[in-house]
Parts: sequence; C-alpha cells; structure tokens
Amino acid sequence: MDSAFVIEKFILVAVIFGISLVIAMYSTYAERKVAAYLQDRLGPDRAGPFGILQPLADGLKMFMKEEIIPTSSNRFLFIAGPGLALLCACIGTAVIPWGSPVLIAGKTVSLQVADINVGVLYIFGVVSLGVYGVMIGGWASNNKYSLLSAIRAASQNISYEIAMGLSIIALLLMTNTLSLKEIVDQQHGWRWNVLYQPLGFLIFMVCSFAETNRAPFDLPECETELIGGYHTEYSSMKLGFYLFAEYINMFVSSAVMAALYWGGYNYPGMDSMAVWLGPTWAPLFGTAVFFGKICAFIFFFMWVRWTIPRFRYDQLMNLGWKGLIPLAIANIIITGVVIAIIEKF
Amino acid sequence: MSTQVFYFVATLSIIFSLLVIFAKNPIHSVLYLILTFFTFTVHYVLLNAQFLAVVNFIVYMGAIMVLFLFVLMLLNLNKDTEPSKSPLIKIVGVIAGGCLVVTLIGSLKSASITSPLILKNPGLGLVENLGKELFGPFLLPFELSSLLLLAAMVGAVLLSKRDEVEA
Repeated sequence: MDSAFVIEKFILVAVIFGISLVIAMYSTYAERKVAAYLQDRLGPDRAGPFGILQPLADGLKMFMKEEIIPTSSNRFLFIAGPGLALLCACIGTAVIPWGSPVLIAGKTVSLQVADINVGVLYIFGVVSLGVYGVMIGGWASNNKYSLLSAIRAASQNISYEIAMGLSIIALLLMTNTLSLKEIVDQQHGWRWNVLYQPLGFLIFMVCSFAETNRAPFDLPECETELIGGYHTEYSSMKLGFYLFAEYINMFVSSAVMAALYWGGYNYPGMDSMAVWLGPTWAPLFGTAVFFGKICAFIFFFMWVRWTIPRFRYDQLMNLGWKGLIPLAIANIIITGVVIAIIEKF
Repeated sequence: MSTQVFYFVATLSIIFSLLVIFAKNPIHSVLYLILTFFTFTVHYVLLNAQFLAVVNFIVYMGAIMVLFLFVLMLLNLNKDTEPSKSPLIKIVGVIAGGCLVVTLIGSLKSASITSPLILKNPGLGLVENLGKELFGPFLLPFELSSLLLLAAMVGAVLLSKRDEVEA
C-alpha cells in the first residue's frame, strides 16, 4: 500500500464527506422551499438572495443555543446517540461508486472509496445499524415519549428491512454480483435495472422511505402523539445532529436507489460523449448525471412528504408485513422463473 | 501486521464480553454485547470470510441485538423491582459454576499450543465460493436447517396467536 494510494483515498473521503454535508445542509433549505411552493407560500427569503444563506443561519443558531442535558438522563449515552446517528448516516457513502475511473494527471483515479465484493450487503448493514442512534438517544433521554418513539423506530426499521432485503435479492438474481461497482457498470447506456425490475424498485423505494423515517412513515417523530419524538429532550447541536442525520440518510438512500436501479453514472449516448469529452471530463460528466439523479430523488422525497399524510401505526405494519413482503417474495419467484426460462432457451 | 491486529481485537473482544457480564445496567450489557459482536465481525474480516463478516454484522448486530434492546427497554428493570433470589438458587448457581470451572480446567490441561491452521483455499469465505459450497456438497444440510428455521418461525407465530374461543 503506497502513500499515493492512501492520500488519494483520503482526499476522496474528505471530498465525499464535504459534499454529503453540503447537500444535507441545502436539503433543509430545499425542503422549506419545496414545501412553500407546494403550499403556495414563499418560504425562507430573508437571509441572502432568495434566502440562500438560510442553512448557514440555521446552523449558527443550532451551535449558539443553550445545551440542555436532562439531570435524570444517562449522560454518556445521551451524547453518544446523536453522534452514532450521524456516523451511521455518513459511512454508507464509502461503497457508492460516484463515477467511472477518471484520468487525472496521467493517473487513473477510481471515484469509489472501497470496492468491496459485498457492497450491497454493506449498505444493508449500515442501514440496519442506523436505528441504534435513535434507540440509544430515545432511551437515554429518560422520557416516556422519547422511549415510545425509539421503540417505534426500531420496530419500523426491522419490519421494512426484511422487505428491502427481499427486493434486493430479485435484483441480485439478475446482476450475479454483490459489488455496487459491477452492478452500475452492467447498466451501461440505457440498460437500467428499473426497466427490468419495476416492482422491485417500487418495494425498495417504499422501504427506503420507511428506513429513513421520512413522511409518510415518520411515525417516530409523530408530534401529535409523541410531542417531538425521540429527540424531544434534545437541544442545540445534538438536535442538529439528528436532523442532519435524517437528511444525510435521505441523500445516501437516493444515491443507492440511483446506483442500483437508475443506472448510476450511466446515461444514454455516453459512448459518443466519452469520445467527445475525453477520459478526464467524460467520467466527471457521468458523475454530474449521477448527482442529477440523486437530486431528483431528494426532490421526490420532499414532494411525497408534502403530499401524502402520515400513516397510522397499524397501517404501517400491515403494509410492511402483509403487503410488501409477500409482494417481494412474488417478485423473487417471478424473476427466478423468468431467468430459468431465458437460460433454458 | 495481521497477527498484531488479531491480538488487539481479541483483547477488545475479551474486555467487552467481560463488561457484558459485569455491567450493572442491563441496557449497558446489551450495548457491550453489540460491541463484542462488532469485534467478531473484525475477526471474520481478518480470516478473509467477508460474507460471514457482513452477515454477522447485519443479523447479529443489526437485527437480533435491536430486538434485545427493544425488549429490555420495554421491561422496567430497576434495582427495586428485581425480585431477590432465594438462597437455594444461589447454592445451585455456585455448584453449576463450579462444575463449569472444573470442566474448563480439565480441558485446558490437555490443550497444547498448535501451529496456526492454514486454509487450503483462502478464498473460501468469499460469497461466490461459499455459495457454491453451500448449494453444492452441502445442499441437503442447508435445506434441512432452513426447514428447521421455518418450523421455528411457524411455531412462534402460533404461540403468539390468541385462542379463537377466548377472543
């Protein structure tokens, strides 16, 4: 392992980390603007032109606010909770292929931090770990509403992980690999997986909404029943960490959906573009396309949030266990049968 | 390099598993157990068993321990609500623990340090090879164990169902 490799990866990690934070920051702004547009309002427009500095102002406010730790709470876990939530949200970006290898100064640089051969499972593991931040924070607050919310979050995550895993299995039957890089490369040009797995994508998307605790599945933050949810007792930047983690989760799950089902950095006509732009700019253009897809998904997340009302808890469980899981199993069987028939003839 | 990492992680595993037992608060015990499982994941990676590592991560850390935590949070496990144990149970516990210690000492006496086992096929733990092994030579045991799990699942659902007559 030479030092150039380490430096290259270090720079890549720093850039990806920075981009995730900036996107999460501006997602808060975008969310308010989208909400305003959908409700025929103006939204934030005071800080800077079009309110573009609003996230900075919000961040400053979060840092300056008084920090309150309830006396009867478990101090260490109370602080560890939001940290864990943010950590789990960020480490998911490590295996996402952000672009095809770029030629920079005569050296080919891979735009993926780690191409491990169990990449899809890694993402899955990170997602399943994400609930600990919420659970630990909710329990350590020593507040009944926080605890109820933490338990809701846990049961919701476990229920929807199963359907999510089953929907990925149908995709893996087709791709024959667990490496995200290979899955994306197989979707060269127009051969996007969503065209072959529309049902699988639909199940995966609904599960992503549930896993990121976004509306219409934001029951852990149901303010009419639980005051504020698992972060009722939190203030200042620790609350900010929880809110930030939600937006980073949204970014990562958008990236995963775009990579697994919508072709990642592939787009129609990319071969002629590669000839025209050369080995340095063509992959970067692909990365820009990828980010375009991610932004479209983030917008979709927000669109849904301000359109569909929140589910009731029993409806959520019914949808997960009795709707999505049987549907995902049927999808696996259909995919398997079709693959068997194609291989036979 | 990898031997040093192994010794470091193995020490951590032992420390965390001891903390699981000695922690006063059951929630802390579960959290230490999660850390112990995490060190096991690192062990699997060191053994080049990537699939096992990530499955251990997902299933044990991500699912089973969440359920443990879930149940413990619902129980009100305070000192004053805990029933005090009768002396009989304490004596039985001492006898059982003593038997375990005797067995451990006996087995440790006959043990000797062997040279580390070197796998003939170091890539066995990768997903592709593991899948071929499981669905090739080991197909029957694999399917039988999945049947066993299914039976356990059906049993659990049946137990949790209330009687129709009662309701």
